Amino acid sequence: MSSILIIVFAPLLASIIAGLGNRHIGNVPAKIITTAGLFISCGLSWPIFIHYLGGDVPAQVVPVLKWVQSGSMSFDWALRVDTLTAIMLVVITSVSALVHLYSWGYMDEDPDQPRFFAYLSLFTFAMLMLVTADNLVQMFFGWEGVGLASYLLIGFWFKKPSAGAAAIKAFVVNRVGDLGFMLGIFGTFLVFQTTSIPEILAAAPALKGASSIGFLGMRVDTMTVLCLLLFVGAMGKSAQLGLHTWLPDAMEGPTPVSALIHAATMVTAGVFMVCRLSPMFEAAPIALGVVTFIGAATCLFAATVGTTQWDIKRVIAYSTCSQLGYMFFAAGVGAYGAAMFHLFTHAFFKALLFLGAGSVIHAMHHEQDMRFYGGLRRHIPITFWAMMAGTLAITGVGVYHLGVGFAGFFSKDAIIEVAYASGTEVGRFAFWIGVFAALLTSFYSWRLMFLTFWGKPRWIQSEHIQHAVHDAHGHHDDHADYAHTAHDDRAHAAHADHGHDDHAHDHGDGTGGYHPHESPLVMLIPLIVLSVGAVAAGQVFKGAFLDTAAFWNGSIAYNEHLMHAMHEVPYLVKYAALIVMLLGLLIAWYGYIRNTNFPRSVAEQLGPVYRFLFNKWYFDQLYHVVFIKPALWLGRQFWQRGDVGLIDRFGPNGAAWLVDRGAVLAKKVQSGYLTSYALVMLLGLVAAISWVLV
Amino acid sequence: MELQASLSLIAPEIVLSLSALALLLIGAWGGDKTARMNSIAACIAIAFCFAIVAPRVCAGVGGPDAVAFFGQFKADAFSGFAKLLIYAGSVAALLIAPNYLERVGAMRAEYPVLVILATLGMSIMVSAGDLLTLYIGLELNSLAAYVLAAFVRSDSRSAEAGLKYFVLGALASGILLFGMSLTYGFTGTTNFNAISTVVAGGLSGGAMFGLIFMLVGLAFKISAVPFHMWTPDVYEGAPTPVTAFFASAPKVAAVALLARVALEAFGTQVDAWRQVVVFAALASIIVGALGAIGQKNIKRLLAYSSINNVGFILVGLAAGTAQGAASMLLYLAVYVAMTVGSFVALLMLKNENGDQLESISDLSGLRSVSPVLAFCLMSMMFSLAGIPPFLGFWAKLVVFQAAVDANLVVLALLAIAASVIGAFYYIKIVKVMFFDQPSGVVLGKSDGVHWALLIISTLVISPLGYLATSWFGDLAQRAAATLFLLS
Repeated sequence: MSSILIIVFAPLLASIIAGLGNRHIGNVPAKIITTAGLFISCGLSWPIFIHYLGGDVPAQVVPVLKWVQSGSMSFDWALRVDTLTAIMLVVITSVSALVHLYSWGYMDEDPDQPRFFAYLSLFTFAMLMLVTADNLVQMFFGWEGVGLASYLLIGFWFKKPSAGAAAIKAFVVNRVGDLGFMLGIFGTFLVFQTTSIPEILAAAPALKGASSIGFLGMRVDTMTVLCLLLFVGAMGKSAQLGLHTWLPDAMEGPTPVSALIHAATMVTAGVFMVCRLSPMFEAAPIALGVVTFIGAATCLFAATVGTTQWDIKRVIAYSTCSQLGYMFFAAGVGAYGAAMFHLFTHAFFKALLFLGAGSVIHAMHHEQDMRFYGGLRRHIPITFWAMMAGTLAITGVGVYHLGVGFAGFFSKDAIIEVAYASGTEVGRFAFWIGVFAALLTSFYSWRLMFLTFWGKPRWIQSEHIQHAVHDAHGHHDDHADYAHTAHDDRAHAAHADHGHDDHAHDHGDGTGGYHPHESPLVMLIPLIVLSVGAVAAGQVFKGAFLDTAAFWNGSIAYNEHLMHAMHEVPYLVKYAALIVMLLGLLIAWYGYIRNTNFPRSVAEQLGPVYRFLFNKWYFDQLYHVVFIKPALWLGRQFWQRGDVGLIDRFGPNGAAWLVDRGAVLAKKVQSGYLTSYALVMLLGLVAAISWVLV
Repeated sequence: MELQASLSLIAPEIVLSLSALALLLIGAWGGDKTARMNSIAACIAIAFCFAIVAPRVCAGVGGPDAVAFFGQFKADAFSGFAKLLIYAGSVAALLIAPNYLERVGAMRAEYPVLVILATLGMSIMVSAGDLLTLYIGLELNSLAAYVLAAFVRSDSRSAEAGLKYFVLGALASGILLFGMSLTYGFTGTTNFNAISTVVAGGLSGGAMFGLIFMLVGLAFKISAVPFHMWTPDVYEGAPTPVTAFFASAPKVAAVALLARVALEAFGTQVDAWRQVVVFAALASIIVGALGAIGQKNIKRLLAYSSINNVGFILVGLAAGTAQGAASMLLYLAVYVAMTVGSFVALLMLKNENGDQLESISDLSGLRSVSPVLAFCLMSMMFSLAGIPPFLGFWAKLVVFQAAVDANLVVLALLAIAASVIGAFYYIKIVKVMFFDQPSGVVLGKSDGVHWALLIISTLVISPLGYLATSWFGDLAQRAAATLFLLS
């Protein structure tokens, strides 16, 4: 199975070529190399996945290089492939390949395309490294690699201050999680004396409740501490409640990045990690309870916030956050298979939604506010149908007794059912949250659809659209500069030549004389392919993921009893998701099509609640007061008092002053007079003699 | 039999003596027209000596087999190693001179003769097994050097340099001779090995005086602080090829000689001289660095740089071990390459009239005028500052390693800290070359010999040099070990 080497390293190679070649090799070669690299990886990944689909295929490890050999610690670079990895391989390479392709169209106007594609491929490499890791350190390497690539891509348009700030925020928040992950790795090594994942997992069950460890001055159960620390890492990467604040801001990055990194792959790394280490978590029931609780809380929190946002990408971002919550509480109740299944289906429909949103944004001249959309159904029909497929998938449309449904139906239903079937207190809590969040999911998803594609066009109010129209009418000189400073400048040229002479300032229909255009073919193909996934992925793979222990073959902790109980839950539970989905659809339809004043009046009547949700539960403000302000204060003290006042003054500046004076002195002594030179020599002689004598 | 063996051991010195005499005759007969040809002949003669010595160094000869004239002269691997470096420096001085001297109208037939005589003196110095041999070699070298310093007679700076060098050199020579007579008076012998035997039991006060006086006399030759005062003036005034010569070959010879006196004659009494050497080392490093900062003239700056480097070499001597001696040899080797490279680069700095440039500010814009030259000079500066991956880093590393292994941790730490000051002015030159507003003065055109020498020395100190380090380290180790063989 050396194809895994090609799968992992083709993106790296492509990234290096495109990144170092940059403008020397030009846009098109860079794009061809990176995209081809990813399609090769993707083409090689699917056979592996299908091979594993047959069940009972053992894990394989392909050694690459020796890495560290230090005392009792030793680990290598090695690529591990088992069922869990195989799933991640197809998810990562497929979405990444499609996103590469999509970016040909989306980033067409960008001046830095080789850099963008190099980053994308670099990310893919790091992500593949993460999922093929055979030891925790290698996993951490991939973990940090994706963090770096995410940082670079969020800040890709670094000239926008908001993008730079978002990139830094993502990086800093992830450091908090990574600290937890690092401590978890250290602790694991301390306890197990190895970083090899298979060895750790083999030894973990024996430690269940059997030992305690000193942590922060307390004696606590070893496995609980280790798993909680590792979970903190997962929370950071997967934007779980508390460490979620970076994800919505990460939408500052280009939309393909949001689709690939902040929806389909990187943010699921936390879920992957929990599943990969599931035997460890199984040995720590308290940690599992925390995972369930945090997952459910995130699920609810993000869904509530998602109902109030206006930015199309932010809605989807909160939706992602919420769906990740589903995955975590599935893992928390012990249904790792269901969690991975939702990860799998979610990758397709969420990437689809993001790429669809990107297509809408592309058509709407980089306007992202849904208040300025409306009636786009007829203008961009393919995008509309793709988004429709994604929405049907995320809202979980499907009928249990017919056995048919969209991708999200099978995975989300499985999670809700398994939470109910787990029988634990926290599992029951997660079940109710899950059902309620499904209602909210349905509501915000349909709200997005209705605001964007139905109703009357409201484009005229958008500054972006106005600039586009003005530009098209030949006012380049007046508006170009102003527009470029006001917002991202990439799309103007693209739409400048669309020509709107016969529709000049047609204000009557709310279009502002603007004509949205369907995206180019390279952007539509990924949408269509992902639509197929969003429609069919659940149907095709549900048997393997949910009901077959042989498929997993020990790569995760598979609880046969629980998975069996899942099928025995009451019909009301099985239909709960569908019912709330219809309810959500109904509310959205009433509020955004039937009676468009309804949402405003509700928002006014529930003023405080609405503001609470709209301001994202005031997390950012809270963090600002609790962490950022004191940190800034402390930093300022260190800077002005400690650094400038103390270290600089007596350290570098003091030393430089001393050196300066010394140089002046040395110059003064060097008078040029022979007698003084001879005198110094004799003085030196006398000094040497007296020193030796004394 | 003894005479024959001795004569075969001093074969390089015989070759040098005869060629000096022959070239002198040719020069006297043919006049200054023969200057260029004489230079080439001198190069060949020195190269021949190189070829004689090299196999002996590789073989690591030492002990009784290498002793000639009843202990007066030692042709062991240690002296051989130093001689190879000296010959390399001398050949470089011969090669780079014609271009410069012809321009100032001073390319006379005596130049190669004087260089050969100086080389002969150095060759004898490093092989000295006796105080008298030491003195003869030292004076032969010095007298030739005084004349070389004043070689461009028409230039008052050159004359001043020669005179200053001569007067202060005479003073140092007197101090040295006084120390030697004290040593003889209190130990009853002038032979190094015999001195070593006598002082093994303890050092009398008189012998201690003698030792210190001798060290001071030699410290003048290596321009260690506080006996360095002549260096900047002489380096600046002397013709640049001669300065390059002074900074390379005689430094090697004097350092090797100092090591011989300290380690061979007084090696049993390391504690007696270690403190003095430690002080001189630190003082040289610090004063060399501080003095260089204020300089505007590159030659003066390089003078202080050589003082600074001598300090690092003395750190190796202060260790007082075979490892320390080996580290000195390695440092010297790298130092010769860096010095020759820097001075060749300096010689290549000319304005459009072909006049030599010596001011640091004239370097600005060199990057765009002659990127290769700028890159080579940058390598030299980084290497002198001891910044990896250049070889200068390795040289400093082995010296510090030797000091640490001899439990001189504080000395090593102080020397490392002080080397930071040195980095400042080296890197300042790089900054002027690469980042300052071009002054448009410098041209950076030169002849093939200069380019060849510059490229070779840049290659030596480049990261490629590390390929040779293990082989070279072994060689130095074996050479240094011969110093500790009692014959």
